[in-house]
Amino acid sequence: MLIRKPTDIPFSEVTPQSLYLRRREFFQAAASGALAAATVLAPRGAGAQTGPKLPNVRKTPYGQGERLNSYADVTGYNNFYEFGTGKEDPAANAKDFTGRPWTIKVDGRVKNAGDHDIDSFIKPYALEERIYRLRCVEGWSMVIPWVGIPLADVINRLEPEPGARFVEFTTLNDARRMPGLNVPVLRWPYVEGLRMDEAMNPLSILAVGVYGEALPGQNGAPIRLVVPWKYGFKSTKSIVRIRFTDSEPRNSWQVSAPREYGFYANVNPEVDHPRWSQATERRLGEFRRRPTEMFNGYGDQVARMYAGMDLRKNF
Amino acid sequence: MKGFTTFRRLVFAAALVPAAALTYGAFTNNLTANPIDYITDITGLTALTFLTLSLTVTPLRRLTGRNELIKLRRMLGLFAFFYACLHLSTWVVLDWFFDFASMTSDVVERPFITLGMVTFLLLLPLAVTSTAGMIRRLGKRWQQLHRLVYVAAITAVVHFWWVVKADFREPRLWAVALSVLLGFRAWWTLRTRLPSRS
Ligand code: HEM
Repeated sequence: MLIRKPTDIPFSEVTPQSLYLRRREFFQAAASGALAAATVLAPRGAGAQTGPKLPNVRKTPYGQGERLNSYADVTGYNNFYEFGTGKEDPAANAKDFTGRPWTIKVDGRVKNAGDHDIDSFIKPYALEERIYRLRCVEGWSMVIPWVGIPLADVINRLEPEPGARFVEFTTLNDARRMPGLNVPVLRWPYVEGLRMDEAMNPLSILAVGVYGEALPGQNGAPIRLVVPWKYGFKSTKSIVRIRFTDSEPRNSWQVSAPREYGFYANVNPEVDHPRWSQATERRLGEFRRRPTEMFNGYGDQVARMYAGMDLRKNF
Repeated sequence: MKGFTTFRRLVFAAALVPAAALTYGAFTNNLTANPIDYITDITGLTALTFLTLSLTVTPLRRLTGRNELIKLRRMLGLFAFFYACLHLSTWVVLDWFFDFASMTSDVVERPFITLGMVTFLLLLPLAVTSTAGMIRRLGKRWQQLHRLVYVAAITAVVHFWWVVKADFREPRLWAVALSVLLGFRAWWTLRTRLPSRS
């Protein structure tokens, strides 16, 4: 079950200013070592929080005690190929992206199929803050304070039919708003999926905010999946469609390179990517690599879903 | 001639710009949220750039007849090696911090790292034998040895190709450029060696 630690830390104290300065320390170490010179370090410019706060966000015990990555890191270093394949492309190309108006199409084996307006879609649920680790399949990681709603609550309200064994998520496919879609680097639209028990796991959320504010475009505005025990690419951004199905969805990365990316994509230090090791990762802002944890450290909550499965085959 | 010396100096200064920009970026903390990855990419790309530029000298010389261009070749090649050294050092010091066990298994198990290492080891003897004394001492064998640069350029592009996850536009561009440069040599050799039929 969940490891619940009581907490009443107000949001403002979750993010001490000193953490923004961690990369300065890092570079002081790296630069003085590598370049052996005096260091005159300026903080990384833009990226201060500017937007209005989301109202009534409930604190949760998730991730308390983790050192957060700065807002600048979280919103400035992204893999979101719909906005370009460079790490800083999404922030640049999503500047004018708005997540309103926005419709989410719900279909497949589900009772409450239909088109849902984003605001009425999320209205029934209380917003929660969840501080989660995010591990990218490329070997870097961050700690991010998401604001979202439990996916299980959403699914229960949509009332899947008995045959619904998987949930498929689709990202917006609008090249006028997402210039990266003009380049066929992946099969568009971006599709991801979860097994129903994974989707119903209490860790799975639909995020609508980060750092107490509405999601910026580069982080998957206006609504995205977050499944922290899986590599980041599973966490579908800018969702326009949720489909309930009886067969395993063919997720975009698996279609692109089936030898390298599977359906499950659970963080696993023992199963390497065919081209690089997954045993270690670099937490952004830190100098030394750290060992990667099984299920990204969420084994207590998720390992039993995979009992008896060969995780080497189901990578 | 004087103009050309100035040009060479300008090329030399320009070749230092990427290193200077990285240094400046390090001190102003402006190398993305993942500076180590960024430095790795920039030094690798710059090494490949100079390697490719060094291969443009001969075709340009043949096409323009400006033989003084040859004086640029060694400098371009040595800058390729210089950035390859920075690239390798980034990997050894910043990425793995002298964790030789992990680095060794990476070289053995990861083909893209293996090819990076192969490329470096191909460039190393070329850099070492780039002095005037070595050129004199090795004579004809110098030419033969330095043909390794073609192999190094190919392994460098394949190394790049194997780094990439899905967006192959950039490595494809390098592969095309390299094909043109090597193709030119093949064409030139055929043209000059074979008797003309017309
Ligand atoms: C000495 C052994 C070498 C090692 C261990 C090595 C390692 C690496 C690594 C770890 C990356 C980055 C992968 C990533 O971004 O995830 C990389 C990228 C790259 N390397 Fe190397 N490399 C070596 C030699 C070379 C040489 C000699 C060249 C060129 C002459 C080269 C050119 C490149 C290029 C062009 C990239 C891609 C940059 C990009 O993604 O924009 N590498 N290499």
